[in-house]
Amino acid sequence: MRKGRIKIDRNRCKGCMLCIDACPKGEIKQGTAINKAGYNVVEFRNNGECNACMLCAISCPDAAIEVIEIIEDVKK
Amino acid sequence: MAKERVIYKKPESLTDVPFTYCWGCGHSMAHKLIAEIIDELDMREKVIAVAPVGCAVFAYDFWDFDVTEAAHGRAPVVATAIKRVHPDKFVFCYQGDGDLASIGMAETIHTANRGENISVIFINNTNYGMTGGQMAPTSLISQVTTTSPYGRDVKNAGYPIKMLELLSPLQGVKYLERVKLTDVPSIVKAKKAIKKAFVNQLTNVGFSMVEVLSACPANWKKDPVKANKWIDEEVSEYFPVGKIKDIT
Repeated sequence: MRKGRIKIDRNRCKGCMLCIDACPKGEIKQGTAINKAGYNVVEFRNNGECNACMLCAISCPDAAIEVIEIIEDVKK
Repeated sequence: MAKERVIYKKPESLTDVPFTYCWGCGHSMAHKLIAEIIDELDMREKVIAVAPVGCAVFAYDFWDFDVTEAAHGRAPVVATAIKRVHPDKFVFCYQGDGDLASIGMAETIHTANRGENISVIFINNTNYGMTGGQMAPTSLISQVTTTSPYGRDVKNAGYPIKMLELLSPLQGVKYLERVKLTDVPSIVKAKKAIKKAFVNQLTNVGFSMVEVLSACPANWKKDPVKANKWIDEEVSEYFPVGKIKDIT
């Protein structure tokens, strides 16, 4: 399975939770941190289930999510 | 050692300034899609956008390309002038429903009728968002707004205007499509439609307009997820999503 992780830009996130709704793996949750603008930003759970499908990033209106694919080395 | 590769990030055509729109606002998503398309077509240096009066009045802060400001509703005529003086530039208008369908109705119809080679992105959020959610020409029947507290009454305020259906008989109009931004498949379709409208201008096809059914969670008094659901259930019922005209 493809592996990935996401990076959430805390300054851009508004905690609208559309990414939580879009993630099929439940890898994003509402966080406790509050950003400069007073929004309760979301957090990445990092349970190892993220497969870099980009659904969260596509559905994020604020372009706050960066998706990173992790490419593991295949040992021969 | 595992390698990492960034596969999705903020488009280059967006500045580092965070959007000042409310949470879940359709403007943010539309801005992002337009920036992505301009990156894909690699034409940031030749774009001139015309911003409206309304929530998107600050568009020049967020887009990292040339943006000019037009008087309320006059974006299509300003775009006409820019396009005629600089036919080699890419010119598009970005307008809301109060701007395009109310005060700018005459400009919109005549620009479309002249078949100017510009693209228009029409953000329909069924109210005047910036000034606090007053009734717009596109507000739905019995929709509660600050100026229709008992719901839009057809006897007093008439029926919501379907702009694309109104423009479709005009011969100068080449491409009209209505899209929504409620889930990932519809966002992908919306991006395709906007890209087509942009490519139409690059290939000198003529006037293209894409209407984006956009959420206004703050004025609809709904959270973003419920606002999107409302678009799916109610707004797209009255304003059907899909191609209205395509003679490209």
